[in-house]
Amino acid sequence: MQKIGVFVCWCGSNIAGTVDVHAVAETLKKEPGVVFSTDYQYMCSEAGQNLIKDSIKEYGLTGVVICSCSPRMHENTFRKAAQSVGLNPYMVEVANIREQCSWIHKDMATATEKAVILGRAAIAKVHLNAPLTAGESPVVKRALVIGGGIAGIQTALDIAEAGFEVDIVEKSPTIGGKMAQIDKTFPTLDCAACILTPKMVEAAQQEKIKIYSYSEVDEVKGFVGNFSVKIRRKARYVNEDICTGCGVCTEKCPQKKVPNEFNLGMDNRRAIYIPFAQAVPKVATIDPNYCTMLKTGKCGVCSKVCTAKAIDYTQKDEFVEAQYGAIVVATGFNPISLEKYDEFAYSQSPDVVTSLEYERLMNAAGPTSGTLLRPSDLTHPKTIVFVQCVGSRCDGGDKGKPYCSKVCCMYTAKHAMLTREKYPDTDVYVFYIDVRTPGKNFDEFYRRAVEDYGVHYIKGMVGKVVPQDGKLKVQASDLLSNEQLHIDADMVVLAAAIEPDKTARPLATMLTASMDTNDFFTEAHPKLRPVESPTAGVFLSGMCQGPKDIPETVSQASAAAAKVIGLLAKDKLTCNPCVAHSDEQLCNGCSSCEKVCPYGAITYQDKEFRMPNRTVAVRRVASVNPAVCQGCGACTVACPSGAMDLNGFSNRQIMAEVDAICK
Amino acid sequence: MQIEKKEFKPTIVAFCCNWCSYAGADLAGTNRLNYPADVKIIRVPCSCRVNPMFILRAFQRGADGVILCGCHPGDCHYTTGNYYARRRMTLLFSMLDFLGIERGRTRVEWVSAAEGAKFAQTMNEFVETIISLGENKRLEDLRCKK
Amino acid sequence: MQEMMKKRALQLLQDGTVERVLAWKTGEFSYDITPAVFESAEEIEKDFVYDAFCAANLSKYLVALSKKEGKTLAFLKPCDSYSFQQLMKEHRVDRDNVYIIGIACDGKADADKIKDSGIKGIKNIADNGDKLVVETIYSESTELDKKDFLAERCLNCKSRKVVIYDEMIGENGEVLDSNRFDMVEKIEAMTSEERFEFWQNELSRCIRCNACRNVCPACTCEKCVFDNDASGIANKAAANSFEENMFHIIRAFHVAGRCTDCGECSRVCPQHIPLHLLNRKFIKDMNEFYGEYQAGEDLETRPPLVNFTMDDVEPSIVNEKGGKE
Repeated sequence: MQKIGVFVCWCGSNIAGTVDVHAVAETLKKEPGVVFSTDYQYMCSEAGQNLIKDSIKEYGLTGVVICSCSPRMHENTFRKAAQSVGLNPYMVEVANIREQCSWIHKDMATATEKAVILGRAAIAKVHLNAPLTAGESPVVKRALVIGGGIAGIQTALDIAEAGFEVDIVEKSPTIGGKMAQIDKTFPTLDCAACILTPKMVEAAQQEKIKIYSYSEVDEVKGFVGNFSVKIRRKARYVNEDICTGCGVCTEKCPQKKVPNEFNLGMDNRRAIYIPFAQAVPKVATIDPNYCTMLKTGKCGVCSKVCTAKAIDYTQKDEFVEAQYGAIVVATGFNPISLEKYDEFAYSQSPDVVTSLEYERLMNAAGPTSGTLLRPSDLTHPKTIVFVQCVGSRCDGGDKGKPYCSKVCCMYTAKHAMLTREKYPDTDVYVFYIDVRTPGKNFDEFYRRAVEDYGVHYIKGMVGKVVPQDGKLKVQASDLLSNEQLHIDADMVVLAAAIEPDKTARPLATMLTASMDTNDFFTEAHPKLRPVESPTAGVFLSGMCQGPKDIPETVSQASAAAAKVIGLLAKDKLTCNPCVAHSDEQLCNGCSSCEKVCPYGAITYQDKEFRMPNRTVAVRRVASVNPAVCQGCGACTVACPSGAMDLNGFSNRQIMAEVDAICK
Repeated sequence: MQIEKKEFKPTIVAFCCNWCSYAGADLAGTNRLNYPADVKIIRVPCSCRVNPMFILRAFQRGADGVILCGCHPGDCHYTTGNYYARRRMTLLFSMLDFLGIERGRTRVEWVSAAEGAKFAQTMNEFVETIISLGENKRLEDLRCKK
Repeated sequence: MQEMMKKRALQLLQDGTVERVLAWKTGEFSYDITPAVFESAEEIEKDFVYDAFCAANLSKYLVALSKKEGKTLAFLKPCDSYSFQQLMKEHRVDRDNVYIIGIACDGKADADKIKDSGIKGIKNIADNGDKLVVETIYSESTELDKKDFLAERCLNCKSRKVVIYDEMIGENGEVLDSNRFDMVEKIEAMTSEERFEFWQNELSRCIRCNACRNVCPACTCEKCVFDNDASGIANKAAANSFEENMFHIIRAFHVAGRCTDCGECSRVCPQHIPLHLLNRKFIKDMNEFYGEYQAGEDLETRPPLVNFTMDDVEPSIVNEKGGKE
């Protein structure tokens, strides 16, 4: 019989406000095996932990039940406390009487009754707990960063700086990401390229960093400390090691009508291309969808002009398999598609552009070489209307996103300000729901736009944009003056909501990392572990976790790097001891368990068993590799004989909980 | 008019996977979303840990309804666990239905860690269903012919 | 047939190919035939029987016999061969240690049906091909058409094909289009209430003798969970009615995807509970939800319960496709 101590936490008034903690402690005292039961204001505090430790010593407790907040919160705290006084940490169970009781019930009698039942279930379980010892597994001292935007670059640089090897996988031909497309950055108005490209070069030159550009992650196996990743190096039909990036091929290629994605399709590039002048790696890539040689076998101009002989039309996708101790997701974002926003005439008029397109129109390396010209007739626009929250903060429906995209207010202020600065004769209107400017120097920046630059900020939404006689008729409402406005604009700029990159969802599945309903990766804890995914060894960097601006992205990137460094600095990781194990006496060797194991942790061997009458029988039996098993328990149900069971969540433990609840 | 019939308080067991649904239940709590106290949660590492035996056991010991919550298909922390759970539960529920047990007594719902509201709503609905079905008699009576 | 089998058994035993022969011998009555292991020519000459009442599925015995020194000759009917192959798939039998003679089967007779037809005092039933000759203690002799007295499982035979063998006696048959799910469908068409009453009527007769489990070729666990105190559900003698229900549901679940539908469970049930219907319900569901699957048909296909697709049906399918409310 276990000697169990029960500790009921008040959590201040969080629990004690709805649950009669004293009554719970008193009632649970009567449960079989309970030798000590008490309540205390904050069990997680030092004094609370000392109370637990002292009681373990004083009463010789063999099992501990804490009735408190969710085990996801403090299970580890209490386990460590128990361990510090010599009790096996896995002899501690937590009954969740806060999140699953006091916080959801208002009636004290009901909540108290439920708390007692939850406590009983935990006691019933502890009776069947057994001390568990964690094994160890080695750590591969290399990290993988998926995505080569500013987030990925910063994370990789920081990890490399600490002395660990790190690989970047970037799906496009160059690293740099969205920041490379941006002209100026708010609120300082320094040039994005000027601060980004040195980092790109640094990443390329850093010995510890290996960049797999034009590559994608195909498969992820393994677990924290020992991931095995299959990387697809897409055929770029150019030998990366030989290409000098001279760019002659990109000038001679006869296929000139390829929409240039770097300028968001507002101008054209060739079928063989280098995305932009400062691309890293600066090597050409052939676009197989447009290359005449690849499609028809007749052309070969690039091959003829290449003095380095780097063109290879026969190149195939290649696969690299590598081991990593940690994986950082930095897959970034995209503006949403505006197809569903026909009221703004986005698909009808080339003069209705997204903010990112506007960014390119302002950029010296953009399609208009930095002169602001409207796309339809290449004239200077005189009246520009900015519409904010296009697709952001939409409740319900499949049209928009429920969240605030966070960066639009500031970049719109930036666009408005820069437009007024360069072209003071331009009228600039900004329609907004709210202007959100929390951030260092953000509100000052916005006020400068309004006060110093004379941008017309109007609270209200644009209802309709109609292209008519070379103008864009903008119908809008001014909510403050309660007037309908009609503006004849030359250009309309839509602040499209941002959404996670489409590659994030399949990647999350591969990584078994969870996502929220908007396809942003979820954090292990929204406040306390914001750069870690709940999946051990997977970290989050940048927009893939939620909307954020460049400084936030960079700080999160460095934070993720710090977490990775902390992990890679260890030689060994302590394994989860709650793994499956097979009772060889019961095992039939039928292979059902092996078939459902996602980790390949189960193997079989022929073993001799002593049988009645001094005979020996050889049977095939399963054994579980505890370093590989992650403790899901799929095998335990697949097993018909009940030979397979899970430490910490055994059949009998779960049934004891069931019994206690259903009593 | 007050009816002096004793209010039926069902016993409901909810198996929740540690990574999604248990976290979803925690979120429901953090957001103070109310659902009946009849629901008691048992934490399991993954929905695939739930043996049909546990569900039958709950009914045996007097549960009126059993619900299993796990990560959405495709989001399993262990990649594939909930796919197996889905097949097992589909077959188990179909069998219980075949034996003439009210099908509302068992349910599977996929609840992510972000879906606190869905968790609370699911539990409210489920409790309502169980109350309308009343006490669980059939499974226990299956072997006793009147 | 019997003579051909006997001759071949003797040959293989005498030339040393096999050490023993797994077949059938007469039990207490001529129509009550039991599996038997013969180790000598004398035993075979004396007791070897093969006729319409050799119903027992021999595959399960090979779990133990195939582990013995020397080869075992096993005569496997189509049903038995499916079970045997399923056991191979689960690594429960050593194929190399078994010499299989497949025997063609056109259905087994059900002695209970003959008794139920009103014939009293049966002393002996002889199998004359299409006819069964019943002799009674009153020295009466009646000739019956065998096809009228076939076992239920044989009337709904799914396959007459022996799926694994070293040699055949008789011509191997084909997989049949059977109506084996008719009764399941009939129950599904009942209302929930009626289904409940149907099963209450059937299951209430269970005396928990374990015959169904003991005969089942899928139930070959080293130690059954119901006999294992550590499993938490052990109950040699049930404490309450509920545990009986658990027994049948859990048993059906444990063999789901592994049950070849040989029908032995219902054949041996002394209370005539149609236990095979539980297994068939699982088989029917798995076929409908996850695609046709026949346990024991091959060695490669993954059984449905250790397999999945990303877009499997949700458990709520039961609300649409389950039996009537």
